[in-house]
Order: sequence, then structure tokens, then C-alpha cells
Amino acid sequence: MTITQQVIQQLINGISLGSVYALIALGYTMVYGIIRLINFAHGEVFMIGAFVGYFAITVLGLPFIAAIIIAMVFCAILGMIVERLAYKPLRKAHRVAALMTAVGVSMFFQNAAIALKWIGASPKGFPRVIEVQRYHIMENVSITSDRLLTMGVALLLMFLLQFIVHKTLMGKAMRAVSLDKDTAQLMGINVDKTISFTFALGSALAAAAGVLFALNYGVVVYQMGLLPGLKAFVSAVLGGIGIIPGAMLGGMLIGIVEVSVSAAGYSMVRDAVAFTILILVLLVRPAGLFGKNVREKV
Amino acid sequence: MKRFQSLLQILIAVGIGLFLQVLINNGMINPYYAHVMTNMCIFITAAVSLNLINGICGQFSLGHAGFMAVGGYTAAIITKNTSLFVPAMISGQPRFFLATLIGGIVAAFIGLLVGLPSLRLRGDYLAITTLGFGEIIRILLLNWQFVGGASGYFGLKKYTNFTWAYILAIITIVIIRNFIQSSHGRACISIREDEIAAETMGVPTTRYKVIAFVIAAFFAGTAGSMMGHVNRMVSPASFTFMLSIEILLMVVLGGLGSISGSVGAAIFLTFANEALRRFRAFRMILYSLMMIVIMIFRPKGLLGTKEISLHDINKTMTGILTKFKRPVKKDNPVETSE
Repeated sequence: MTITQQVIQQLINGISLGSVYALIALGYTMVYGIIRLINFAHGEVFMIGAFVGYFAITVLGLPFIAAIIIAMVFCAILGMIVERLAYKPLRKAHRVAALMTAVGVSMFFQNAAIALKWIGASPKGFPRVIEVQRYHIMENVSITSDRLLTMGVALLLMFLLQFIVHKTLMGKAMRAVSLDKDTAQLMGINVDKTISFTFALGSALAAAAGVLFALNYGVVVYQMGLLPGLKAFVSAVLGGIGIIPGAMLGGMLIGIVEVSVSAAGYSMVRDAVAFTILILVLLVRPAGLFGKNVREKV
Repeated sequence: MKRFQSLLQILIAVGIGLFLQVLINNGMINPYYAHVMTNMCIFITAAVSLNLINGICGQFSLGHAGFMAVGGYTAAIITKNTSLFVPAMISGQPRFFLATLIGGIVAAFIGLLVGLPSLRLRGDYLAITTLGFGEIIRILLLNWQFVGGASGYFGLKKYTNFTWAYILAIITIVIIRNFIQSSHGRACISIREDEIAAETMGVPTTRYKVIAFVIAAFFAGTAGSMMGHVNRMVSPASFTFMLSIEILLMVVLGGLGSISGSVGAAIFLTFANEALRRFRAFRMILYSLMMIVIMIFRPKGLLGTKEISLHDINKTMTGILTKFKRPVKKDNPVETSE
């Protein structure tokens, strides 16, 4: 196996993992862009999505794609409920209060998952819903069908998101609210509805990511949202928080770096890589790759 | 008068400590409760130091368990390996004291490394860096075979007793209270109230935020050392994100910016932990709901930034007493410290 083949192989693996991170990161970045809140519960929405997919397949016996759609719908509704109950009352409060509520929501979901009898604390095996085949692209470079499916679904959803944000009226409202909430309201945009919609969209993407992640790793567990959520947040910061294409690129980059570090034989520290990247970004370019330096106005 | 007042407070604190210690030695307080009280003091140290960042400075740190892990493991390595870092001739309790101190210093140094890049910026980056830091520390410890990896680092001697934990809690409270009442502390409060205005008035915001963060990390490290030497082991499982959340809840419950509130909440929640020991999952659900509800209805925490001082207690006591006795005309006792 030559170096080039090795590099191409790792790139493929990295992009496949990265597309999952990118899907989660999109939710972080959209919510941050619109109400300036790090939604700590986002990783838990990812976990819940994975579990909904798991139950849809094992209990209801649905096909994989249907399971993804059910998980997305479920989490979209969940996201809107959480926003209404926990975040909306705090929209004008101090930043720290909103962050603590978000942490509280995240803890609530994790512990509720443990307490529920049919989820519990022990990991569950995710069924192998598609037959894993290996396609050889070139000599010594291959891609498995589950990775291919992950990339395909992720890319499709990202295109869909771009379409919603740039071509529909609701997308226009989202962009307006994230630019200036008060002015948007003066222009007749229903800000509350727009924020709800943003949460629904972000949570649906996280749910899809959850099901795809579970498919790739073959396991669902109540804690699964923590590290991917953290890495996805780093992706969002790397791309420039609040910027949608930034989150996609950031996710891919984090995925590639992580896979490369594992391939180089340091799989032990691969979880620390994203954190190191975060520190470096904050030191060198806090606005992220795509971000512009914005002066804070009083 | 002010000096007399703070001296009186410290004397009262020492008196209470001695009294409790005598009770423990006599067996009036059984070993189980002595253990719970030791834990209480450790949690007071942790909660008061976290309050310095989250309550006084208005920043948001989620990695207190990480700093406790750093301090705990450092101290454990020093007390267990008699040839490392501290000369072997120092052994027993003095070695534990030095180990705790070094644990705190190492935690403070790591705090500087983590805090500097993230506190430079305005916004919520500290929350995510500290959260990430806590997780990374845990993962590194899981994989570090020298300290036992996932199973933990066993066989520490039980150096921590009520006296050590109590002294540490008092030192933490005194130092952080004095810090808050100094001009540095005022600067930190001004950052919490309005960072842009503080910066405009010439407060070097980054420097003060980092100073507060490093002080808090130091005390978290010492608390971690105490915790390791009371449980006679340190393990990655004892310094999880849940621990950070529990400490955070103490700060929230007591009031963001209220030291006496943190102390009270730490005592209350340690008790609650013992009482609810059998319902672990249920307990955490309850705690997280508490956190959400408190934040929605009282974003400053239950006590807010109020402090309960001797003066207040004095006033309430005389208030109660005058109901029974004929009213006594007396001067208002001077309490200018708060």
C-alpha cells in the first residue's frame, strides 16, 4: 500500500465520519447564529435521534430510510418543545443563565434515558440493517456501503438545508433574524416562529446524524451524544460559528484529522485532537475559517 | 472595628471546627457522619471556588471536575511514590500537605493554559473549552497505565480527615472573600455586570478573568487531592462531568455570587446526596430539573448575590429575642465588611 493510496483511503474514511459531525455542527451553528446560545442539549438530541431510529428498526421493523425520517420528525418536535419550555423564557436573561439551562436540559435527557427501562445505562447493539459490501475504487482503496450511505444521506440533507435557507421564505426569515432580530421583527417577521423552526431544523439534522452514527459504529448508548457533540461544536467554531458552509467544512476537516490521527497509530489520543484544534483556533483565528472579525457593538 | 469583626468571624469558624472535632474524637459524631462532614467541607471548597468564576466573574466554567482530577492525581502520585517530586524524608501528613499544595499548583498551571486562550475572547468559549478539557483529562487518565488506567489509582493512605478538609474550606472562603472585597474583586464584579463598560473604564478584563480562573483552579485541585485521600483512591470515574454538574448546581442553588449561599448549598446537597443514594438516576433527573427551574424563575440563584453575615444573624437573633424580652435600646453593631 503506497502513501497515496493510504492518504486517499483515510480521506474517504475521514469525510464519511466528518459528514456526521457536519450534520450535528449545522444545528449548533444555526442556533448560535440566531439566538447566540450554545445549545448543550444538542448532543442529547443526537442521542435521542439514534434511539428513535433504533426502536423504529427493532420494534416497528421499519426500513432504514423510514427510521431516519421518523427520528428526524420526532427530534424536530422535541427541539421545538425544548426551545419553548426552557430557552424562550430566558431569551432576555443573562448569558450564563441560558447556558446553565442548556446544561440542565442536557443532563435531564441523559439521566432520563438511564432511568427509562427500555433504554437504560448499558449499550445496545444497533442492527445491521444494510448488507455491508466493499467497493474497490482503485487498488487498495475501498469504501464500504454503510459509509457510502452515510455520506450520501448527509450530502443530500446538506443540499436540502442550503435550499431551505436560500430559496424559501422561511430561510429568508432565518437569515434576517440572525442578522438583526429587532429589525427583522419590525419588518413583520414572526421571530418566535423563526427560532422554533431553526431548532426544528437543527434537531432534525442531529437526529439523522445520530442514526447514521449508530449505523456506522453499531451501538447506541445514553452517553453517545457527549463526544460527537463536543467535536461538532469544535467543527462549528473552526468553520466560523453562525456560518452554515463553515460548519460543513469544519465537520469534514475534524473528521479527516481524527481519522488520520487514528491511522497514524495514536487512536488513544484521537478524542483529544478536536480539543487541541479548538485551543489552536481560539488562539490563532477565533472567528474561524470563514468568519469575519466583527466588532462588538454596544 | 472591621478588623475586629473579621477576626471574630475567623475565631468563630475555628471554634466551630474545634467543637466538631472534639465531638468526632469523643465518638459523639459517628465515623459515618464524620465522613459526610469531611465530604461537605471538600464540596464547600469546590463550590466556593467555582462561584468565583461563575458567580463573581460572570464567566461559565464546566470543567471543575477536570481540575479536581488534575490535583487529585498529582497529589496521589506524590503521596504514593515516596521518591517522586518531594524528598523521601518528608513522609506522612507533611508529605500529604505538600502533595495537596503541589496538586493545587499544577491544577492552577493547567488552568492558566486552558483559560488564557478562551478567556481572551468574549462569549461562551470558556464553557466549551472547559467541558472539552474535563473530558480530555478523563480520557487521558483512562489510558495512562502508570496511574492504573480505567480501574483507578488505588492504595492511597487515608490522610484526609475532618480537620484537613475543614481547614481547607476555611482558607478557601477567607481567601476568596478577601479577593472579592479587594479592588481586584471589584474589577471582576464589574466584568460580570458589563464587560464592555468595564473595559472602557480601563479594567484589564482578560487579566482579571484569568487570575480568577487560576485561583479557582488551584482550590479545585486541592479539593481533588482531599477527595482522593478520603476515598483512598482516585479514578477517572470519580471525576466525571456529573461531578462538575453537581458543583455547578451548588453554585446555582446558593446564588451566583454569594459565598455563604454556596456554603449552604454545598452542605445541603451533600446531605441530599447521602439521603438519595439509593435513587441515583432519579437524583440526577431531579437535580437537572432543579437547575432548569431555578434558572428560569431566579436566574441569579436562590440567594442571588446576597451574603448571610454575622450581622444578619445578629439582627434576626435580636429580633427574635426582643419578642420575648422587653425591647432593649442598643446601637447598631458595626458590620461594614459587606
